[in-house]
Amino acid sequence: MLWVDKYRPKTLDQVMVHTDIAHNLKKLVTEQDSPHLLFYGPSGSGKKTLIMALLRQMFGPGAEKVKVENRTWKIDAGSRSLDLELTTLSSANHIEMSPSDAGFQDRYIVQEVIKEMAKNRPIDTKGKKGFKVLVLNDVDKLSREAQHSLRRTMEKYSAYCRLILCCNSSSRVTEAIRSRCLNVRINAPSEEQIVQVLEFIGKKEGLQLPPGFAARIAEKSNRNLRRAILSFETCRVLQYPFTNKQAIPPMDWEEYISEIASDIMKEQSPKRLFQVRGKLYELLINCIPPEIILKRLLYELLRKLDAELKHEVCHWAAYYEYRMRLGQKAIFHIEAFVAKFMSIYKSFLIATFG
Amino acid sequence: MAPILQSTQPWVEKYRPKQVKDVAHQDEVVRCPHMLFYGPPGTGKTTTALAIAHQLFGPELYKSRVLELNASDDRGINVVRTKIKDFAAVAVGTNQRKSGYPCPPFKIIVLDEADSMTEDAQFYDFTPSTTAVQNALRRTMETYSKVTRFFFICNYVSRIIEPLASRCAKFRFKPLSEEIMSSRILYISQEEGLCLDAEALSTLSSISHGDLRRAITYLQSAARLFGSSISSENLISVSGVVPAKVVEELLKACKSGNFDLANKEVNNFIAEGYPASQMLTQLFESIVEDNDLSDEQKARISKKLGEADKCLVDGADEYLQLLDVVSNTMKAFSNMPETFAYKFSVGVLGFLVWAHHMFTVGLDVDTSAYFTAATMIIAVPTGIKIFSWFDKIRFGVRF
Repeated sequence: MLWVDKYRPKTLDQVMVHTDIAHNLKKLVTEQDSPHLLFYGPSGSGKKTLIMALLRQMFGPGAEKVKVENRTWKIDAGSRSLDLELTTLSSANHIEMSPSDAGFQDRYIVQEVIKEMAKNRPIDTKGKKGFKVLVLNDVDKLSREAQHSLRRTMEKYSAYCRLILCCNSSSRVTEAIRSRCLNVRINAPSEEQIVQVLEFIGKKEGLQLPPGFAARIAEKSNRNLRRAILSFETCRVLQYPFTNKQAIPPMDWEEYISEIASDIMKEQSPKRLFQVRGKLYELLINCIPPEIILKRLLYELLRKLDAELKHEVCHWAAYYEYRMRLGQKAIFHIEAFVAKFMSIYKSFLIATFG
Repeated sequence: MAPILQSTQPWVEKYRPKQVKDVAHQDEVVRCPHMLFYGPPGTGKTTTALAIAHQLFGPELYKSRVLELNASDDRGINVVRTKIKDFAAVAVGTNQRKSGYPCPPFKIIVLDEADSMTEDAQFYDFTPSTTAVQNALRRTMETYSKVTRFFFICNYVSRIIEPLASRCAKFRFKPLSEEIMSSRILYISQEEGLCLDAEALSTLSSISHGDLRRAITYLQSAARLFGSSISSENLISVSGVVPAKVVEELLKACKSGNFDLANKEVNNFIAEGYPASQMLTQLFESIVEDNDLSDEQKARISKKLGEADKCLVDGADEYLQLLDVVSNTMKAFSNMPETFAYKFSVGVLGFLVWAHHMFTVGLDVDTSAYFTAATMIIAVPTGIKIFSWFDKIRFGVRF
């Protein structure tokens, strides 16, 4: 079992990073007045951990007994009937899913699931009617129509079903949904907090950590706790006992993007652009998200650039990333960014050195 | 063991006025032709419409006489042609007062968010525009005006086609003032047993921007998370408002002219999980109020803020958009006009150098050297300035 899962806090009392939020959530559940919740914050900040701990606090250990299902919904959409398949994770009291996986038909998934949950309303030991919880991941990736439908549905069935929404960017969640939820901002843990968690894991695993080793991992992780723990485990697999000068292995795809950036800087020509295209395809085939590729490429280029070019390059990165969201094929836009950069950089070199 | 369900009704609904006279500070006289209510969110438009309907028909007839359609419902041409038309077409009995309610001989159709009435494009070959849907509605209005009244509710009256708007009595709902907001918030606080000090009350009014619904939502969220004693900080944390200190740090990084420092600030901002859209709003407010910036600089920064906001709404990456905004702001700052100190020093130097006209009277070498140097100190920057003006006239602002 990966350490990320092995040492994930199971209850709100065990949470080490967002203790104040955990305390407030515990108070919410104790009063049995759970509103709809919207958790937002960067990747690896602990949103999912808090949600799972909250569910356990609500429903007891039963919340952890989950089964993975590939479910198909038959949906009557006016002029035609649709069969939509989606993977869900469910226990007796909650269902977890990512409706955005259904693409532009996500609105029907949201409506159908909540209606179905409303029909099978649980009854507690005292015979009082309870409620189920629906955990929706990546709410910021839902279409506008789905978010409108969700807004209506969450009002209509709020007596039977509580929603816990989870997303990275609350900017992309409509105001209507945000105003109907209790918004909980989960900030990325500080480097000190990451060090604290790594030392805790080291202690549990009986490992000797050289001074400053955990701090170096924390620094490399860019305030992403999940990434820090995975790096720590990788270091353990590669070499133990740890040494003071032990290198923290970077992600292979990051090294690959660094190579691409070096290639771009060395030569600006159609031939080089063709070679870079092949490398970009390689990354996309290996399921590295296109926006991550573009952001990492920008990071690598900014490290190597003159100050006067940085402004223009980051403008074009933002421009092409936006175009990529609106378009269909990511490769076009990443390649367009590379070509644009080559053009800017070559002009700069000619102007500077003739 | 499923949790017991207690009353978790949102306070927005719990404290929604039931009668027109109770609506917070919207005092216009309400008659009953077709009506168009427009204005920003949270100012009482829907509340007023529903209060009128409740006062006219009472609880017994309300369901049969009032059809309420919201933007979340399907409201394309098909709905106008079927659901609305069918409801509008059925005549009702003559004017009979029922248990103290007027019960006039017509029905009411409330179309909330009428400015976003469009057809769902997913299962049709084309997407009729908002205008097409409204045109279909216009015909329905004309046909059944004797037995049906329409209440349109929208944020932007300009998005309602003229034929619809001209058939309605228009009511503009203004953002609520701080006093009105405070009095309503205090009333709710007392009812719910909350302790809210003057600073918290003022903070709540300012972060809500005249939107009472938002203010009540923030209040309820803070009460749920932090208990009955609510501070200004509690309200800021539930509202998602970026603390002023964070905005100042970002602006300071922009003014420093150091790109790497600004990049670091943007990274920290994203890591803290604040919404970028909120940062844009607050940056805009700070920029507009900054007296050190020229109008041209403010315009350039505001233009970029607008573009970034549009991109964010369309799902663009927060980090890249914010970095672009910060980079653009930095460029605008670095192109600042002359400060008073600079102008003053040029003035003093100019005053000391007036005597260079005395070259012709045969000054000694030392004095002549002083005047030559002073003249150069003024002449060279002035020359550069004049040529940069010519450049600006010819090519406009360039970086």
